[in-house]
Amino acid sequence: MAAVRTPAERTLNRLAIVSVLLVTLIFLAPIYWITATAFKPRNLATTVPPTVMFEPEVSPFVKLFLRRSQLREAPSEEQYAAAPWWEQLVFDGGEKVVRSGTGEVRWSAYPDRFMNSLIIAVSSTVLAVGMGTLTAYGFSRFKVAGEQDWLFFILSTRMLPPVVVAIPMFLMYRVFGLTDTHVGLIILYTAFNMSFSVWLMKGFIDEIPREYEEAALVDGYTRLQAFFKVVLPEAATGIAATAVFCFIIAWNEYAFALIMTNRRAQTAPPFIPSQIGSGLPDWTVIAAGTVLFLLPVAIFTFLLRNHLLRGMSFGAIRK
Amino acid sequence: MTTDVITRLDPQSHAAKRGLSDLSIRNLFIIPTILFLIVFNIFPLLYSLYYSFTDFRASTNAPANFIGLQNYRELLNDPFIWNNFVITAKYVIVSVAGQVVVGFGVALLLNRDIPYKGLITTLLLLPMMLSMAVVGLFWKLLYDPSFGIINYALGLGTFEWLANPDMALYAVAITDIWMWSPFVMLLSLAGLSAVPKHLYEAAAIDRAGSLYTFFRITLPLVAPILMIAIIFRTMEAFKTFDLAYILTSQPTTEVLSIRLYKMAFQEWQTGRSCALAYIMLIVVVAITNIYVKYLNKVKER
Repeated sequence: MAAVRTPAERTLNRLAIVSVLLVTLIFLAPIYWITATAFKPRNLATTVPPTVMFEPEVSPFVKLFLRRSQLREAPSEEQYAAAPWWEQLVFDGGEKVVRSGTGEVRWSAYPDRFMNSLIIAVSSTVLAVGMGTLTAYGFSRFKVAGEQDWLFFILSTRMLPPVVVAIPMFLMYRVFGLTDTHVGLIILYTAFNMSFSVWLMKGFIDEIPREYEEAALVDGYTRLQAFFKVVLPEAATGIAATAVFCFIIAWNEYAFALIMTNRRAQTAPPFIPSQIGSGLPDWTVIAAGTVLFLLPVAIFTFLLRNHLLRGMSFGAIRK
Repeated sequence: MTTDVITRLDPQSHAAKRGLSDLSIRNLFIIPTILFLIVFNIFPLLYSLYYSFTDFRASTNAPANFIGLQNYRELLNDPFIWNNFVITAKYVIVSVAGQVVVGFGVALLLNRDIPYKGLITTLLLLPMMLSMAVVGLFWKLLYDPSFGIINYALGLGTFEWLANPDMALYAVAITDIWMWSPFVMLLSLAGLSAVPKHLYEAAAIDRAGSLYTFFRITLPLVAPILMIAIIFRTMEAFKTFDLAYILTSQPTTEVLSIRLYKMAFQEWQTGRSCALAYIMLIVVVAITNIYVKYLNKVKER
C-alpha cells in the first residue's frame, strides 16, 4: 500500500495493526486451548470456571500411549517407589498401567492408529503424486484429443461428496475383501488426491520452458531421459509442494476412514473422537492425542506457506 | 496419429525419434491415471446408479428387485428429506456468508503496512489445514456449557450451544467459519495485491472518498477471485459431513451428507441411499460447472 502520510492515516494504520493482532489472537485461541489442555493434570481440565494458569505436565501423553485402568486402592509405598517415573504419573492420576500376562506394559490403541494414518497417507501420496506427475507431463507436452474435457473429467472426480462415492465403494470392497484394510484406504485416497495432483503438477510443469527439453533432445537424450534428468529436477519444488498437500488431505480425511475401517486399518481421525465413548472422558488424554496428530500438519503449513494459495485453488491462482 | 503430429516440440527434431516414441510415452503417462479414475470413481458411480433403481439392502442377502423410479419419487416427496435440504441450505448460507465477511475483512486489514505480515498470515491460515473431524472434537470442549472456555470468555454462564436445537447448527457454522475464513482471506489477499496501485493514486488525486474507492475500485477488481472463493466454499459446505457429525447429533443439524450416511450405513437402505446420492451429485455437478467457468475467466485475465 501507499506510504503512510497524514496523521489521520497513521492512526488508521495503527488501528489496523491492533485489529490484526486481536484477530490473530482470537483465531489461535482454540488451538492454544487444546494444546494447553494436553499438558494439564486431569483434575484441572474440566474445572468451572476453566483453569487458565497451571503447572504443565506430560502425564496426558504418557497415558495416551499406555493402556490403563482405574486404581481400586492407592498403590503401596514400595510399589510406588519401584515404579518408573512415567508409571508414577499414571498412579498420581488415580490409575494404573495394564500389563499382559508376562508383566509387559500394554500399549494403547493410539500408536497403532497413528501408524495406520502414517502408512496410508504416505503410500497414497507417493502413488497420487507419482502418477499425477506423469499424467500432468503428458497433458502439458503432448497433444491430446479433447484435452480440456479430459482435464475437466479428472477434476470432476474430486468434487464428488465422499459419502456418495463411499456407498458403492463399500459394496465393492466387501466383495473383494478390502474393507478395513490398508490397501483399501490407500486406493481410495490415491483416487481422491489424483485430480488434485494432476492439476497442480500441470501448472508447475507448464512453467518449465520447453527449450530445456529440446536442448536435451538435441544433446542426444531420449524423451524419457529428458523427462527424468531435465524435467523432474526442474519440477522438484512443485512435486514437494504437491506431495505435502496430498499428504495433509489424506492425513486429515475422515468420512472414508469412518465408513471403510473399524479396527485393523483404522486411522487417527475416526479413532480420536471415538475415545470420548461413554462416561466421563479424560479430556487431557484426548487433547494430547489431538495435539500429536495436528503437529505434523502445523509444521507442514509453515513449510508450505508460499504455495498455499496455489494449492488451495487447485493451481488456478498463481502469484 | 503419428509422432510428428502429437509432439509440441519441434516436429522436425530427429532426436524425438530415438527411444520410446512420443506417442507411446504420452499414452504410458496418461492412460493408467484415466483407467484408475474410471475403475475407482466412474465404475462405482454406475454401480450405484443401478442400485438406485432397486430396493437393495446391503444388510440382507435378498436379491435386488428393480423398482424403477420409486426411490427417487419417494425421496422427492418426503418432507423429511426436504427438511434436510433446508438445513443444508441454511448451513451453506450462514457459514459461507460468515467466511466471506470475516475472511475479506481480515484481508482488507492485512493489505496494509503490517509488521510481521508474512508470519501473521501463515498463523491465520493454520485452522484450514487441520483435520475437520479433530477440529470438531476439540470445539466440543470449547463449547461445553459448564467448563467450556467460550461461555467463560464471553460471560454467557451455562449457555447451551450444541445441546440446544436452535443453536446447534449455528455452532457448527461458527466452527466452520473459524476454519475456513482463512481460505477466503488467502484468495482475497491475492486479489487485493493484484489491484494496480496507480488506480488508488489516481483516486487520491481526485480526492475520492475511501468508501467510493472501495466500492468503485477495490471491490470490482477483487470480485472474480472472491467469487471463486465463494463457489468453492459453497460446494464444500454443501458436502459437509465431518464437523456436524462429530459436534452434534441434533435432528436440526442433520445436513444431507449425514442423512445419506445414516440411510446407507445405519438403516441399510442401500438402494434408496444411492438415489439420494444421485440427487446430491446433480447439485454438486451444477455448482462445479459454475466454478470451472469462473476459474477459466480468472485465468484469462
